[in-house]
Amino acid sequence: MSVTVASEWLNACSGCEISLVDLGERLLDVLNLVEIVHMPVLLDHKYFGQTGDKKHVDIPEAEVGLISGGIRNEEHAHIAAHMRSRCKVIIALGTCATHGGIPALANSFPVSDLLERCFTTESTDENPRTFEPPVPQLLDRCSALDEHIAVDVYLPGCPPHPDQLFSALTALVQGTMPELPAKSVCDTCPTVREGKGKLTELRRFLQNPFYSSPREPLDKMPCLLEQGFLCMGPVTRAGCGGDATTPRCIAARVPCRGCYGPVRHDGNPMLDMLNALASNGIDVKSLPEFPSLLRFAGAHRLLRPSRPRKER
Amino acid sequence: MSREIHIQPITRIEGHASIQIQLNEAGDVQDARVNIMSLRGFEKFIEGKPAEEVPRIVSRICGICPWMHHLASNKAVDRCFGVTPPPAAQKLRELMQTIAHAEDKLLHFFFLAAADFVIGPDADYSVRNVIGIAKAHPELAQKVVHMRHRAKMVLEKFAGKAIHPIAGVVGGFSKPMLEEDRREILAQMRELLDFALFTLEFAKTKVFPPYMETIQSLGVIRTGFIGTVDATGALNLYDGRVRLMKPDGTFTEFDVQDYADVLGEHVEPYSYAKMPYAKVWNEGFCLDENNPRGIYRANTLARINVADRIATPRAQAELEEFREKFGRPAQATLLYHWARLIEEVYACEHAIELLEDPEICDPQVRAEVEPRAGRGVGSVEAPRGTLIHDYSTDENGLITRANLIVGTTHNIAPMNLSVKQAARSLIHQGVVDQGLLNRVEMAVRAYDP
Ligand code: SF4
Ligand code: SF4
Repeated sequence: MSVTVASEWLNACSGCEISLVDLGERLLDVLNLVEIVHMPVLLDHKYFGQTGDKKHVDIPEAEVGLISGGIRNEEHAHIAAHMRSRCKVIIALGTCATHGGIPALANSFPVSDLLERCFTTESTDENPRTFEPPVPQLLDRCSALDEHIAVDVYLPGCPPHPDQLFSALTALVQGTMPELPAKSVCDTCPTVREGKGKLTELRRFLQNPFYSSPREPLDKMPCLLEQGFLCMGPVTRAGCGGDATTPRCIAARVPCRGCYGPVRHDGNPMLDMLNALASNGIDVKSLPEFPSLLRFAGAHRLLRPSRPRKER
Repeated sequence: MSREIHIQPITRIEGHASIQIQLNEAGDVQDARVNIMSLRGFEKFIEGKPAEEVPRIVSRICGICPWMHHLASNKAVDRCFGVTPPPAAQKLRELMQTIAHAEDKLLHFFFLAAADFVIGPDADYSVRNVIGIAKAHPELAQKVVHMRHRAKMVLEKFAGKAIHPIAGVVGGFSKPMLEEDRREILAQMRELLDFALFTLEFAKTKVFPPYMETIQSLGVIRTGFIGTVDATGALNLYDGRVRLMKPDGTFTEFDVQDYADVLGEHVEPYSYAKMPYAKVWNEGFCLDENNPRGIYRANTLARINVADRIATPRAQAELEEFREKFGRPAQATLLYHWARLIEEVYACEHAIELLEDPEICDPQVRAEVEPRAGRGVGSVEAPRGTLIHDYSTDENGLITRANLIVGTTHNIAPMNLSVKQAARSLIHQGVVDQGLLNRVEMAVRAYDP
């Protein structure tokens, strides 16, 4: 029995799609179980028909609609709505789609500032910074998918681990809904925690963490947060290690930056992290800047331009 | 009656683009252009961020070549902070980049491009894709998926994350390589080299021959080229001087720190992507396909055109054969695919060289770093072209200003020319069909956007 799938990428980087390709041999199995009816990265199906003569976007009906990327411009909003009307189940694939992802860092600035900066760098010729159709107008901010359409399944991760994609797709083919881990990255992290340390300040990530030898396994290395590095593990959803479970950044001895989004879908990682730090007696002023605590979750109006720009 | 054909979206490429073809009363092509539909604003929103965090942020510019952004960014921040990574760290970074190149080229060739050749440009869209290849040639598909996946998993297993990497850090690399890692990865890369040689042979004997005429005629334009070479003029993907070649084959070299004196970026209202051009030629920017001005190309074909030679034996032999057939510089756009497979061989050979160097296991992988005010330009050769990250920092080491020239953008102006040339030679009296429009798209797909 095969399930029909339509896939779209909106304000996306294609990492989520490549993570699907990274299923490896399992990819061929998945391709046997699903029938892809629309997927710009692999399949030549066109919005306006194969010779471009239809008047309206026409994506075939499908049981499952996979959408990566958030919504940044009018075209994204239009395609998302169309996908919603054509697909029974909509899956928000990746942290851009579930929480805005890295591109939502742009929400700290008005759109006019983005355009101004991008089109006035020292290598850019003088230009009017106005764009005409078919280039779509930018919307005033970068949103997660569920700010525009109803979403049935959330699969965060930047990108989601192939193991998780595989179990989610298998669940859907079997007619069940995929489930997400409800734990945090810390809950799955093997490093050694000793409880409250004497830490009062955070360090920037300018040195590698301490561990006694490169051969020393991770479960002997002291917790990165307790070593004084900002690690978003306490407020980030677990799962990035796939079936191997060790969080991927920790495996490379690098602190977590929160790419799986908040532990609860509607959590606010900035508030939660600041609370966690303050309750451990850590001076939050030791952080060089705050918006990075919402590095992957700046949609849902959590990140906004700080104050109206002063006209000079 | 005049009308417009709108191919949207361009498929089997990375990113969001469309093609507009304007037909006149007689149904001939009046004009054609490529629209780049998205803008995210990285140059703005990394402002104010601690510079050492930026290599983990800008990787999200592209999920196909995140290592390239990660490493160019690391190099730029090293320069801002005035730090030189230890030799083992430099080698680890270069090794990761080289393996990422090897993996990317297999992805591009088999998943994005090959269906046009293996299944055929006129086949129905429902079978003209990697799924079609998997059905028609299950053994080949199995092998491709397996080999590409192995290369990718080397990156994940050793460096934690393969997509949106984190192991490059300001001042070096996040962890050293152990002897057993080295041996394991070396064995994998030797196997991948065999597969690269098989792929090139397969392409030369089975894939390209029926299309030689198409290859030499579809979207052929005359442009300059850009790419990085080492001190001996050999192809280098990771470091070196940037060589800019004119259409007549003469060239100049520059240090990437001086890129702004050499390259300009032109803006058109029908595309969010800027179009870099050779400002230093002093001829301005013009997209007239019979008389283009300032236009050069980047990525595989460009790199093997500008390089005098390739420093590894198997790839060098392939380069010699290629030059004998197509000359230097070779101009036919579809030769990008051929050049891609030569670079695939080079990437595997070079990864082996790096792994055979015992110094790569030195445990000293990160230098001391102090944030400071500075400016730094970092570049690498991304699969899609010379990638430039230029940052300035304040005294706390926060980004104050950034300028990015992304590999793909070098090819946007030439893509416009190729599409115009292809559309003009293929569309007459208003007659179009799926196969024909797909051929126009093939002129874009060659560039690996
Ligand atoms: S979630 Fe990450 S991998 Fe997926 S589209 Fe967004 S930036 Fe790319
Ligand atoms: S450790 Fe954190 S930042 Fe790293 S992959 Fe996992 S969730 Fe993402």
